[in-house]
Amino acid sequence: MAENVLKLIGIDSYIYLTILLFSVGILGVLFRRSMIVLLMSIEIMLNAVNLLLVVFSVYHQDSAGQVFVFFSMAVAAAEVAVGLSILVSIFRNAGSIDFATLRNLKG
Amino acid sequence: MITVIFYILSAITLGAALLTVLSRNPIHSAIYMIVCFFSIAGHYMLLNAQFLAVVHVIVYTGSVMILLLFTLMLLNLKEKHEPHKAIISKITAVLASCLMAFVLFAAFMKAHPVIEQYKETGVDFQSVKVLGNVLFTDYLVPFEFASVLLLLAMIGVVMISKKDLKQDVD
Repeated sequence: MAENVLKLIGIDSYIYLTILLFSVGILGVLFRRSMIVLLMSIEIMLNAVNLLLVVFSVYHQDSAGQVFVFFSMAVAAAEVAVGLSILVSIFRNAGSIDFATLRNLKG
Repeated sequence: MITVIFYILSAITLGAALLTVLSRNPIHSAIYMIVCFFSIAGHYMLLNAQFLAVVHVIVYTGSVMILLLFTLMLLNLKEKHEPHKAIISKITAVLASCLMAFVLFAAFMKAHPVIEQYKETGVDFQSVKVLGNVLFTDYLVPFEFASVLLLLAMIGVVMISKKDLKQDVD
């Protein structure tokens, strides 16, 4: 059933979908001030790029792209864990997760 | 049929991503993000990448979602946890992301793929068996380093998030 999805839809639609998804992630980074939503937006951008890697891997019929996506998922899991723990310690010290309040280094 | 499924999944992906970004309650954001990631797993299934679909569901709904919800529970945020941004900076954010999308579209519209016409060769390249074979022969060293990375991340998280013992004594 799903053997020829790229033949039916074409790689262009997938590229446009991932561009839109990536731009939504950028919108989240710029639009919100809450750090936890910022982390979620970074995850969305990461997933857009992962999806494009899988699409190109299927397009070239090469399994290396899917292995790279697997590694980037491992890195994403580590990144989320470290980011959230940094966020918790920031919340303990500053009392909020609004990143506009973090201006101690500004002088 | 497949085309309809693709467009429905894409609509779910983009809509859930937008709702993630725009909803005010961070718990709603987390749940919309999970809907978005499930639809991306659906895209992987549509592309017949079963291994990655399963890994994606396990990693993102199994670990990332639980981590985010636990953190939200630990933070115990109020409903209005973030102050309103000025309207000018909101407009700027929307404009900037639209311009980013425009630039990317302009770059990819002109691009031509190296392989002009997609055709199947019939070679199995993305079943779990083949991917496991590739992962444990060609990419064995990165695979082992991924485990080191995860271990280091775990130790680092414990070190960062534990309370300072000296401060408690004082």
